[in-house]
Amino acid sequence: MSAEQTDRQPVEELKPPAASVGVLGWLRSNLFSTWYNSLLTLAVVYLLWVSVPPFVQWAFVESFWTASGKECLEADSGACWSIIPNNIRFIMFGFYPYQEQWRPGLAVVLLVGLLIFSQFRRNWKKSLLYYWLVGLVVMGILMKGGLGLAPVESTKWGGLPLTLLLSVFGLTAAYPLGIVLALGRQSRLPAIRSLCVVYIELIRGVPLISLLFMSSVVFPLFLPEGVTVNKILRAQVAIILFTAAYIAEVVRGGLQGMARGQYEAAESLGLNYYQTMRLIILPQALKIVIPPSVSILISAFKDTSLVVIIALYDLLKTTQAVLGNPEWMGFSAEAYIFIALVYFVCCYYLSSFSRKIERELDTGY
Amino acid sequence: MSSTDTTKAEAAAAEKTPLLYDPKVRGILYQIGVLAMVGLLAYYLMSNTLANLERQNIATGLGFLEKQSSFEIGESLISYSAADTYFKALLVGALNTLLVSFIGIVLTVILGTVIGIARLSTNWLVSRLAAVYIEVFQDIPILLQLFFWYAFFYEILPGPRQALNPFTGVFLCNRGLIFGIPAAHPAFLHMGIAFVAAVVAVWALKRWARARQARTGQAFPTFKVGMGILIGLPIMVWWLGGAPTAMDVPELKGFNFKGGVSVSPEFTALLLGLVLYTAAFVAEVVRAGIQSVSRGQTEAALSIGLRAGQVLNLVILPQALRVIVPPLTSQMLNLTKNSSLAVAIGYPDFVSVAGTTINQTGQAIEGVGLIMAVYLIFSLSTSAFMNWYNKKIKLVER
Repeated sequence: MSAEQTDRQPVEELKPPAASVGVLGWLRSNLFSTWYNSLLTLAVVYLLWVSVPPFVQWAFVESFWTASGKECLEADSGACWSIIPNNIRFIMFGFYPYQEQWRPGLAVVLLVGLLIFSQFRRNWKKSLLYYWLVGLVVMGILMKGGLGLAPVESTKWGGLPLTLLLSVFGLTAAYPLGIVLALGRQSRLPAIRSLCVVYIELIRGVPLISLLFMSSVVFPLFLPEGVTVNKILRAQVAIILFTAAYIAEVVRGGLQGMARGQYEAAESLGLNYYQTMRLIILPQALKIVIPPSVSILISAFKDTSLVVIIALYDLLKTTQAVLGNPEWMGFSAEAYIFIALVYFVCCYYLSSFSRKIERELDTGY
Repeated sequence: MSSTDTTKAEAAAAEKTPLLYDPKVRGILYQIGVLAMVGLLAYYLMSNTLANLERQNIATGLGFLEKQSSFEIGESLISYSAADTYFKALLVGALNTLLVSFIGIVLTVILGTVIGIARLSTNWLVSRLAAVYIEVFQDIPILLQLFFWYAFFYEILPGPRQALNPFTGVFLCNRGLIFGIPAAHPAFLHMGIAFVAAVVAVWALKRWARARQARTGQAFPTFKVGMGILIGLPIMVWWLGGAPTAMDVPELKGFNFKGGVSVSPEFTALLLGLVLYTAAFVAEVVRAGIQSVSRGQTEAALSIGLRAGQVLNLVILPQALRVIVPPLTSQMLNLTKNSSLAVAIGYPDFVSVAGTTINQTGQAIEGVGLIMAVYLIFSLSTSAFMNWYNKKIKLVER
């Protein structure tokens, strides 16, 4: 009996059917699993077939990369990308004096470098704060002048530096204000709580554009006679006040996520309100809200484009100014696609950073 | 004896904290301090403002609303001319805002739901395409998208003579979107009345069916019968009314189209931009909502013998909607607030009309105040309605 069993040869392994593994299997399970899935796949492929080749033809095959606007118009075939390289300095830096444009360029590089440096968690130390302070001062000197650099009026600032300035400063300055508002909204004191609730709901209920209008036409009326504040700063204040209300709501979410035991433990240790918040609650709450804060940075970055409406020369406005130039009139699609690409790359980078940090901070409970 | 008395008195004194260390008293002091600071700031700003207004000879108050506006508005739902008052001009603007927001919200919810479901499709191509759509449209500023569509109408689309004609009766050109509608006929009014009657009938039917099911346990095919009434009744009225089929089709006459309905490039560009942008966010909301209902729910529902339609209606949707509704509301409000960007592409919405009013009267404070008040009313009423709805569908824990 047992001898018979041991004599048996191992059966040759059956290979899975060819249609369920490899490329064919993948196609079958992902694209043609049921009859309506197959139909859907065919419909999508047809749509792509109709739309993609003409776009490639327009954007790459028949396009112009160095021709002048006039040549593009005469040829009248593909995309005229030459609008970008021919005007890149103006699009990027606006009316900043031409010879001095290395300065805003350097400032942008510095800012982007700092941002990239700050994204790694091993760099999240106190020294990071000092790097930022030094960086901001250097950027300020680069933009404004001084220390041997020729002074440049802030009315001449524009393009990418302005967009980055408005969004990064907007978020950094709005963050402390937002935290204060969120704490105020959670406060046990009715007057303070209602002040914060009214502020937050008021700001969140109106569009940013109404605040920008306010900063450009109403704010000058608030100041005593003879005092003026420049336009960029006023828009910056509007963006800060606007963003703070949204940050307050995000931070409130984090505060509400704290267990009651944390407050009670802090109180039983004899910590006062300030110490409880500073040492126990905020460090934990702010950690939870890092991902939603990055989404607020993304929307603040996108929202700075609204300053176009009060005629500040940010990235979008400088592009429009180029499109107003008779030589380049009519190439809006190319110019807007380029600017969209700039915004897309920045926002995509930020949102994938947010997803990454969310995974890293996820403690699993 | 006396010594114990003194210690008791000391203990009592120690228990009675000094006034300044009493949390209640401190709280009141803090509040008074903050209120005084806010009050002082407000007083300072007010006095500056009043002095400035007086110096610059700017009128105050809402008296300007009664004056003649003397500017034209391109698009209006109600009859309006430059001879009308500022109040009527602002009303036209507010109606335009409501119009674009309402149509925008309806289209956004439909498109967003479709893309959200497509994102979860088992079909790799469809789900990838939806993911790309969501990522691309979320990451480009809405204002840039509006400018792009506006330029698309004015620069890329041909004139009326070479208008694109994607479907019969629909034309796309740099004068906007022009399409045919059924020619006016009294039967259509009756169809509308029939539809309203059908809605009432279906509502009554649903109540009756539910009561009967509670009483006898017998289910009634409410959905099928209800759809039959909703579609059948208006069609019957249409047929009884003489079955009018005449269409009012746009035709090229000279340099422009005559007949049909034409929608301006500004309106179409605004609507297109708002819908495509917000739909990307709504799609994410819908996806998260559907994913929040665990697979076990579907399996449990199937195992107690519910049909696929019932599973969706009775088990999945009630739970998914609870997750979807709050963020969906905030997306709807975002769309309404973003419609204020109409001012950048020249569609006469409320902000645009109020901007013109500010320029003409110089009364910036009142103008900006009105803008804020109108949007606050929109926001607060929408969120009030949504809170009510949310409460209705909230989980009842037993």
